[in-house]
Amino acid sequence: MTTIKLRSLLALGASAFLLAACQGEDAGGGDTPVEDPATGDTSTDTGDTGDTDTDEDTTDEGDDTEAVDFSIAMITDEGGVDDRSFNQSAWEGMQEWAVDNGYSGERGDGINYYQSNDSADFVPNLNAALADGHDIIYGIGFLLLDSVNDVAAQNPDQWFGIVDEISELDNVVSLTFRDHEAAFLAGVAAAHTTETGQVGFIGGIAGPVIDRFETGFTAGVAHVDESIEVDVQYAESFSDAGIGQQIAAGMFTNGADIVYHAAGAVGNGVFTEARNRLESDPDSQLWVIGVDRDQEEEGNWDGGNFTLTSTLKGVGKSIILSADQTMEEGFPGGKNIAYGLEEDGVGLTRGNMSEEAWAAVEEARQSIIDGELEVPEFTYSN
Amino acid sequence: MLKVSRSKLDNLLVPIFSIILGFVFGAILMLFFGYNPITAYEAMIMGVFGSPYFLGEALRQATILTFTGLGFAIAFKAGFFNIGVSGQLLAGWVSAIWVALAFPDLPRLVLVPLSIGAGVLFGAIWAGIAGFLRAYFGTSEVIVTIMLNFTALHTTNYIIRNILAVGNTTERISENASLRVGWLTDLTAGSRLNMGFFIAIVVVILYWIFMTHMTAGFEIRAVGLNPFASTYAGMSAKKNIILSMVISGALAGLGGAIHGMGTFGNLFTQNALPNIGFNGIAVALLGLGNPIGIFFSSILFGVLDVGAGFMPNRAGVPDEMASIVIAAIIFFVGANYLIRLVLNKVSTNKAVQNEGGE
Repeated sequence: MTTIKLRSLLALGASAFLLAACQGEDAGGGDTPVEDPATGDTSTDTGDTGDTDTDEDTTDEGDDTEAVDFSIAMITDEGGVDDRSFNQSAWEGMQEWAVDNGYSGERGDGINYYQSNDSADFVPNLNAALADGHDIIYGIGFLLLDSVNDVAAQNPDQWFGIVDEISELDNVVSLTFRDHEAAFLAGVAAAHTTETGQVGFIGGIAGPVIDRFETGFTAGVAHVDESIEVDVQYAESFSDAGIGQQIAAGMFTNGADIVYHAAGAVGNGVFTEARNRLESDPDSQLWVIGVDRDQEEEGNWDGGNFTLTSTLKGVGKSIILSADQTMEEGFPGGKNIAYGLEEDGVGLTRGNMSEEAWAAVEEARQSIIDGELEVPEFTYSN
Repeated sequence: MLKVSRSKLDNLLVPIFSIILGFVFGAILMLFFGYNPITAYEAMIMGVFGSPYFLGEALRQATILTFTGLGFAIAFKAGFFNIGVSGQLLAGWVSAIWVALAFPDLPRLVLVPLSIGAGVLFGAIWAGIAGFLRAYFGTSEVIVTIMLNFTALHTTNYIIRNILAVGNTTERISENASLRVGWLTDLTAGSRLNMGFFIAIVVVILYWIFMTHMTAGFEIRAVGLNPFASTYAGMSAKKNIILSMVISGALAGLGGAIHGMGTFGNLFTQNALPNIGFNGIAVALLGLGNPIGIFFSSILFGVLDVGAGFMPNRAGVPDEMASIVIAAIIFFVGANYLIRLVLNKVSTNKAVQNEGGE
């Protein structure tokens, strides 16, 4: 009798390990913007003000410029703020905005983020941000559209922003990007660089936003050479680096030598796979194309750098611009601000491209801006 | 008599000590990394209990955890580790929303039970597959339910994209299918707390009656304690394996239906399996399989879940640290064998001392 009890209790103990393992599926990453607890405390108001728009009474710490009386916050999607991609670029933009406006750039000083671990966290996070009193609360990513709409409808006096989606409400500004234009350029670069005649595309969650990347990329490749094969796969995640690594392994094994990912933190697995392959076989030539921010540093390895280029998405910039616009001329509520190549809202880095590839990219960029070249936006038509 | 109350006391003491140890360990961790644990815990607790909205959200979370916890517990009682609660929850969610979207104009009194029924049914079927395979082919239910988790995840995403919606999110279900009620929403300052909370209380009572006062419940417990003896006593092991898995899945599916019809009011493509399914396992373990224990431990988990969000922004503890502290608490909850051992040692020492004194 006792042995059975003992065994079942041991099983309970073992299951605790399992649970602890199930808890966080963080992609892992050391360079989280960890804040200093001392400075973090001084300026965060503890939510007693409710949702009045009064800001943190900022105690300036050695800054000579006076901080503005305006604060912004963002709610991450499930990728988290250190996804080295989409959310991170939004946060970097907010930090830049904070420094420009006399804040320290630390979390909790005029800017803040609320991390979502699950889709059920979106609404409580929006409400927590609301209780902390920020002038504009941004939802980062299309996954947050419903939640932002709900909370915005309940709080018509609070300003919100949504990235990558369009909200119809008057107190929400929509920031969208013509990602297909940048992805098209990435396709051109890939087509001019590939030696195997085979490239790969890894998307995050299938849907209109990532479809733009896929459509643009495949169109860009076909624009240069119709015969190049594009292997398109979706990870069904923006956070699971393991799946990214698995898909990338399959693509490289099947002969692709360039993989473009549009999948947030999933991309970290793509970089890992390329690095592993290059380290075990330094003579091979593999490239990864980064997304949303310049991911050149992710491609560093002993033999150089394998980030061919990165498509840029000015999420941070769009936040800076909309916050500045609000402070100067009022909140652009109900508007959809679309950023493309022309507005410099999206772009492509020079990266490690050859002269020839870069020239082709520049040419394509100019024709898109001039309107001579039309980039398709979606693979499906509805 | 004395012995019975002694073990009952232990049953209450063990989870309480686990929780306290978890919090203490979390505090030590925070101290070690230079954060103030008192402000952190204060932010967490005040964040939840200081506002009706967040208290409502914590109870809403607890509602779903009660179902996933009960679902895990009943299979565990029969000796199975149903790690597929998450997938069964998703199966219940998608089928409830599907029915609700298909018949938006039915009266509320018909549509709500119908949608919930669909959720329960599909959750039960999903877990029943694993139970059936286990009973007739002896396959490991752990592996089968893990596999079925992913099947459920990707099938759900496929159904959303190709059948229920064009993009990644379905339409909202009609008022007639919603579990939200005005007075509850008003009482909690607009939170998503809904009728599901009361359904949870009813199910907890039914579960208790089933397990303690009904033959079927007794058989499930007997098979879990000793399958050979219960077969010898004339109980069908096959029947009980399948029955316990089916009930387990039905409870998870019910949780999913309530998650869909109460929390969200729609369905969207999932990034990963819902955490709430896995947390149900921890809830069941903390509750030691007792339905009332599970109910209270799910409330604790709801508070932890919602409260953890306040630690970064109100106490300066980074999100990662908050997750580690919560994981530490769960760890100590699961490691209650250790605590039981210590408690036994202490009580026998006392007994020896008392005898010596007399």
